[in-house]
Amino acid sequence: MLSVLREFVLVGEPQEPGNNLPQIDDPRFGIATTSKSRTVRRTWLDTFDWRLFRAGLTLELLAGRGTAELVLTGRDGELVATEPTGTGNGSRPIRWPSRLDQLPPGPLRECLAPVVGVRALVPVTRATSVLTELRALNTDEKTIALLAVDRMSVTRSQSPGRRSQHPHARMAVIPLRGYQAQASKLADVLERAPGVAPAVQSPFEAAMAGAGRRPGDYTGKIDVELTGTMPAALALATVLGNLFDTVEVNLAGTIADIDTEFLHDLRVAVRRTRSVLKIAKAVLPASVVGKYRTEFKWLGDLTTPTRDLDVYLLDYPSMAERLVAASAPELEPFGQYLERQRASAHRQLTRGLRSARFTSLASRWRHDLDQIVSAPARKPLTSPFASRRIARAHGLVLDAGAAINTASPPQALHDLRKLGKELRYLLEVFASLHDRAVQWRAVNELKALQDCLGEFQDTDVQIGELRAFATAMMADRSAPATTLLAMGEIAASLAVRQAKARAEFAGRFADFASPRGRARIGALTTAAGNVAGSRS
Amino acid sequence: MKVIATYNIKGGVGKTATAVNIAYVAASEGNRVLLWDLDPQAAASFLFRVRPKVKGGGKALIAGKRPVDDAIKATDFDNLDLLPADFTYRNLDLHLDGERKSETRLRSLLTPLRREYDLVVLDCPPSISLLSENVLHAADLLLVPLIPTTLSVRTLDQLTDFIDSFDGKRPRILAFFSMLDRRKRLHREIADELPAKRKDVAAVSIPALSAIERMSLERAPITAAAPRSRAAGYYRELWTEAMNSIIA
Repeated sequence: MLSVLREFVLVGEPQEPGNNLPQIDDPRFGIATTSKSRTVRRTWLDTFDWRLFRAGLTLELLAGRGTAELVLTGRDGELVATEPTGTGNGSRPIRWPSRLDQLPPGPLRECLAPVVGVRALVPVTRATSVLTELRALNTDEKTIALLAVDRMSVTRSQSPGRRSQHPHARMAVIPLRGYQAQASKLADVLERAPGVAPAVQSPFEAAMAGAGRRPGDYTGKIDVELTGTMPAALALATVLGNLFDTVEVNLAGTIADIDTEFLHDLRVAVRRTRSVLKIAKAVLPASVVGKYRTEFKWLGDLTTPTRDLDVYLLDYPSMAERLVAASAPELEPFGQYLERQRASAHRQLTRGLRSARFTSLASRWRHDLDQIVSAPARKPLTSPFASRRIARAHGLVLDAGAAINTASPPQALHDLRKLGKELRYLLEVFASLHDRAVQWRAVNELKALQDCLGEFQDTDVQIGELRAFATAMMADRSAPATTLLAMGEIAASLAVRQAKARAEFAGRFADFASPRGRARIGALTTAAGNVAGSRS
Repeated sequence: MKVIATYNIKGGVGKTATAVNIAYVAASEGNRVLLWDLDPQAAASFLFRVRPKVKGGGKALIAGKRPVDDAIKATDFDNLDLLPADFTYRNLDLHLDGERKSETRLRSLLTPLRREYDLVVLDCPPSISLLSENVLHAADLLLVPLIPTTLSVRTLDQLTDFIDSFDGKRPRILAFFSMLDRRKRLHREIADELPAKRKDVAAVSIPALSAIERMSLERAPITAAAPRSRAAGYYRELWTEAMNSIIA
């Protein structure tokens, strides 16, 4: 297989093929021009949260005259897998965004599955390329390399209704077998030619730059840089602004129902917002905090039914697989019931997200945050504030956990999980103040406990919901007896999982509350306090 | 991987023209083809504009000191690679003689290429030698161009007898008339009669056409330079017969 030796960017005005090629002023080489070229429409695809990019993979849909092909390449441009799609073989063209199960089965889908998970593939940028293949010749007029010229035009949406084209021309030197040495000399000559510069970006990166985007430009994590000496009001308003960016950027995908993770990220951002508002009472104006705590609770509640059903449906295949006494087909009416409920819940959610209440919340929230950022209260400073809040939240978790014994009701564990979440969010909000390694160890310490509590609560909630679903299905006569029995088996397996989590709790909490566990989270409050102390 | 050799003890009968055109036609049909120019005169290398030079010469190749793979050059045509000639190939007999299992050394050298190529075409120098014997042992099919004369037919019989004396694997033989001049009565008679009488003679004959001679000016197979020409048509027919002969 031929591979690229070197790539160049052709600087200057793009003209007809062959016209803006570099002039080779060297008698050892010549270029045989051609008038043949082909146009290819290129669409680069990734998940909304850039899972392929972060895994070093690039997925491209290449569509030409009557052909379309998905091409997956690795970090160095090496081919990983290809898949023809929607051409002449009776299959329909894929509509993007698309979930993985809508792609043709084959090696490409298998490569993507562990990386993409439940997320859909969405177009991240598009371009049109005019591809021309020229031949570089030696003095015997023998082809020694192919010069693959790619004149790419990227469409950039500047504002609704306004688009501009960004041209980008590049040339790859592809040596023919046995001619690597001569091709390398040719590449040296080309590198010195006027109007030629080494290509530092891949075609994908160039297309992204042309579209005014940057790969990896979305993360569901809090993405702010705080300093310990900045006013805490400014820090919190900055974090809240960033969290609302996450809400807004996930809005369209949630409404369009592209995949379940848009809603998940939106919902996490809302929960984090509520946690920040809870600690913001002493720092932000009380009128602002009170008003928006109510509004974000409403927004959080709005998202709960759909997300709960998503969790059920995501787990449904493994639930069906785990059945022992019942069979998977017997459970199917339950799956169909969940789908119907989910569709209804999503309609409600969409209405809420399109409502005047949400629109008003968004515009007033932005306005009020801008007001705080423009004139924040000067005290307290972020570092001591963060230390106090983390220490207090840590103390609450330790106290609540210590009070739990084997006789404690499930609610005590639910309450502890809630306190743990608040501590987790605080650690995330103030993450940029801390040493990354210390922060990572602290979060991991907490995560081990939270996973156990999460398993306990989720199974508890699911058992309750299963009963409610069964009652409702009985009422509308959509559940045969076999389905109810299968649901009963699932409830029983959930109860086993719940009991296991309950049994593991004491050990997990003992680790968390151990001197070593305390020290890991304590290190954050001490370090932050020291920073504040040394600077104040 | 199949191996076809163009072979005749005589020179100037159209071996190279046949080798390059058969190789090109096979490659144009999607087969991955390697043409090995074994003739130190390097006519096939010249036609593909490849310099007749192999690092270390024939000695290094035969001794296995330089992998065959390293010496291969791409031609200007898709799916068609060339192992160029080298002037040191004039001593291949000597180098082969120094190897163990000297009659089958060429076949061993080709073995690592099995996954890479569907077809290897050997363009042989005119001789009867240890190299010829190696070619006969390596090939699945011998394409034997014959000038339509009585003596040529006798040569074919001699070759057939020689191959029949081999133990084990024997190549099939497909002779064909080359440089046919229909103005000559003897050419016409032999070319019309013999294919009907003998299974090892192809139905198609390649006439003496100036277009074929001009290949050395164009430096490309006629099947590539003038794919719709009569000459190209004859070579395509010959390729079809050769394929059928290998499959049969």
